[in-house]
Amino acid sequence: MRFAADLPPQWHATVSVGGMMRTVLYALVPALLAHVWFYGAGILLNSGIALLAALATEAACLRLGGKPTAPDLFDGSALVTAVLFAFCLPPLCPWWVTVIGMVFGIGVAKHAYGGLGYNIFNPAMAGYVLVLVSFPEAMALWPAPDIGDLDYLRPDLAATLHYCLLGSLPDGLTIDAVARATTLDSAKEGLGLMRTMDEIRANPGFGDFGGAGWEWISNCIAIGGFVLLLRGVIRWHTPAAVLGGLLTMATLAWLLDPNTHPSPGFHLFSGGAMLGAFFIATDPVSSPTTARGRLIYGAGIGILTYAIRTFGSYADGVAFAVLLMNVTVPLLERWTRPRVYGRAG
Amino acid sequence: MTDPIAYDAQPRRPAWGVRTPLRKSLSTRQPILVAPPPPLVCISLAQCPGGAARATVAPGQRVLCGEPIGEPTGAGRPRFHASISGQVTHVEARLVAGLGAPVPCVVILGDGTDRRWPGYPPDPGADGRSSGDLQAGLAAAGLLGLGGALFPTAHKVHTATGAPVLLLNGTECEAYISCDDALLRERAASVVAGGRLLLAALGGQRCIIAVKTDMPQARVALYNALQACGDPRVVMSVVTAKYPAGGERQLIELVLGREVPAGGHPADVGVLCQNVATAAAAADFFLRGQPLISRLVTVSGGGVARPCNIEARIGTPVSDLMALAGGYQREPRRLIMGGPMMGVALPSDDLAITGATSCLIAATDADLGPAAEEMSCIRCGDCIEACPASLLPQELLVATRAGNAAELATLGVTECIECGACDYVCPSHIPLTRHFIRAKAALAST
Repeated sequence: MRFAADLPPQWHATVSVGGMMRTVLYALVPALLAHVWFYGAGILLNSGIALLAALATEAACLRLGGKPTAPDLFDGSALVTAVLFAFCLPPLCPWWVTVIGMVFGIGVAKHAYGGLGYNIFNPAMAGYVLVLVSFPEAMALWPAPDIGDLDYLRPDLAATLHYCLLGSLPDGLTIDAVARATTLDSAKEGLGLMRTMDEIRANPGFGDFGGAGWEWISNCIAIGGFVLLLRGVIRWHTPAAVLGGLLTMATLAWLLDPNTHPSPGFHLFSGGAMLGAFFIATDPVSSPTTARGRLIYGAGIGILTYAIRTFGSYADGVAFAVLLMNVTVPLLERWTRPRVYGRAG
Repeated sequence: MTDPIAYDAQPRRPAWGVRTPLRKSLSTRQPILVAPPPPLVCISLAQCPGGAARATVAPGQRVLCGEPIGEPTGAGRPRFHASISGQVTHVEARLVAGLGAPVPCVVILGDGTDRRWPGYPPDPGADGRSSGDLQAGLAAAGLLGLGGALFPTAHKVHTATGAPVLLLNGTECEAYISCDDALLRERAASVVAGGRLLLAALGGQRCIIAVKTDMPQARVALYNALQACGDPRVVMSVVTAKYPAGGERQLIELVLGREVPAGGHPADVGVLCQNVATAAAAADFFLRGQPLISRLVTVSGGGVARPCNIEARIGTPVSDLMALAGGYQREPRRLIMGGPMMGVALPSDDLAITGATSCLIAATDADLGPAAEEMSCIRCGDCIEACPASLLPQELLVATRAGNAAELATLGVTECIECGACDYVCPSHIPLTRHFIRAKAALAST
């Protein structure tokens, strides 16, 4: 009887890039639901726009590069990039801002460097930083979360759509009525005005640790992160190092003077710390592959995030920290090569 | 009180490696099936690495079972024996299982009598003989490393003479393969006796027989055999069922905590490693006067009706063994010789088995899972965790594609043991090991 000859190995674990990306998306579902609970459907709208822009850009780049569109177009990586990007955007966000961010993230940060697997920078972070520095007003417009306060005015779906498509709110709603400074902004501004943290925290927007509402989204992101750990999609080194680096810096400063430094808990549950630790810094393509490399890389992101939040002009620093550490990855890889079995150290 | 038979208190657990489905119980439900002498055998004279043996028989000549048919052409090469009695019909180059090119073979048409050649009398007092005598006996028996490498045992023992530790490998870490497990379950005494003979041939001090956590019956049988034997120099060690814990260097690292230097041999760290089946074959030769004419072959997979372990004559066509195991069912997709990790898919079942044929898998789609499309490396690093040699497969891949020989050497591609663990875990389904095998060959040829 005849058979097809073949070289080993003859089989394969049931893992795939698409499967990993799907797991990442499932892990983001709790945080997405929390986001919708506190901020309305804006993130879903932004995700959808970002996904369309990402897929269109990816298809165009693959076509330009003379590569087949399948399977790369449908490996799920564009969807993950789009959703992570949408997590960075304010729920009220004009559509062209989203599109510009994704076209840059996918087209330049990802495909100009060779596509999935070759990009130096995390595409979602590259897109976010581009729109953050290009459209500061749009990025500063965070509506207040729905935390049950009486004077809360939630922009409904129609208002969100109106703002998204036209860049303005419908008649009867003003930006000032729905927007509120994020807690990271309040802390930065307040400390700049020589207020103490206790005075700043009297603001009703503050919750137990970070921003009211936002800290619950952070919790959900962390839950998703643990799902990724348990499913073996990510390893513990990077998130532990990011959070450890941020926590170490924040704790040292806070012990020095708790009046002029936000608490470690505030740093951990505010802004992009959790998302960065579990979903951004763990992006395999733009992070180191060795365990020691991941520890250094993650610690670098945590420390830089703290430094940018404290000394920089932006309220949050996760995206900048990630991009800065992305640059160091080739060097870290070279430094942290393990000793080959049987060879002298 | 410590157990005098157990070498270690806890199973040895590797940091590297992969867990695969094992599916060994498919073929261990029934006892070893001793195959009757087949009507025809085709015995390769080039089973071990290096040159082929010179045929000492001619077409038309009658041979007895166990009679020498090929003599070594160089130092350290083995002798080959007729595995059935009958008449030589061809001495010519043929394809055999597991090799891509034809090799010199002796084809024997059996006469059905299975009469034995009387040239090797049993030697019950063999373990009292000198190391040199025993090594000469191993060479006469034509013993080959039955773990799969088929390295001539006499030569391997000779070059390691004086190494204090003999490590007998019964770990069999690949899926489906259960011939060492079956051997230990049913013939543990033979393994222990062979281990003592190899230890005497080596001039060593201690024999450690390594088995795995997932073979409880074999462990009990071996334990009882060791107790019955009562030789305090022979002990057993248990390692975790993880692939490739049974690799020679990996097992030495796990059991003894020693690292074989790159480019070196286990003897450099005072160890000789042999498969348990090789030890049993040594006992068969010295105590029963039987040279290497047969081996245990696992026949398994969803594509065969009655998976089992068969004691088969070397040179038996694969199709005969498949028939003994009940024949094919469910349209097998591949016919694999060896395990699914390192085995090759054979083009046909009319090829003859060699001493390296530990396992034949008639693999269906359900056995192997769906074929997957290759995608770009996403640098997830899972291959690094899997690699037992602490290599960086994803960087080796880049260097291989770039044809960067210097970088390949720096990254240590020569230390790749071709186990396939990196391929197995790769979410992008990149055939890494094939790249590395080619890169190693290219480096070796420059």
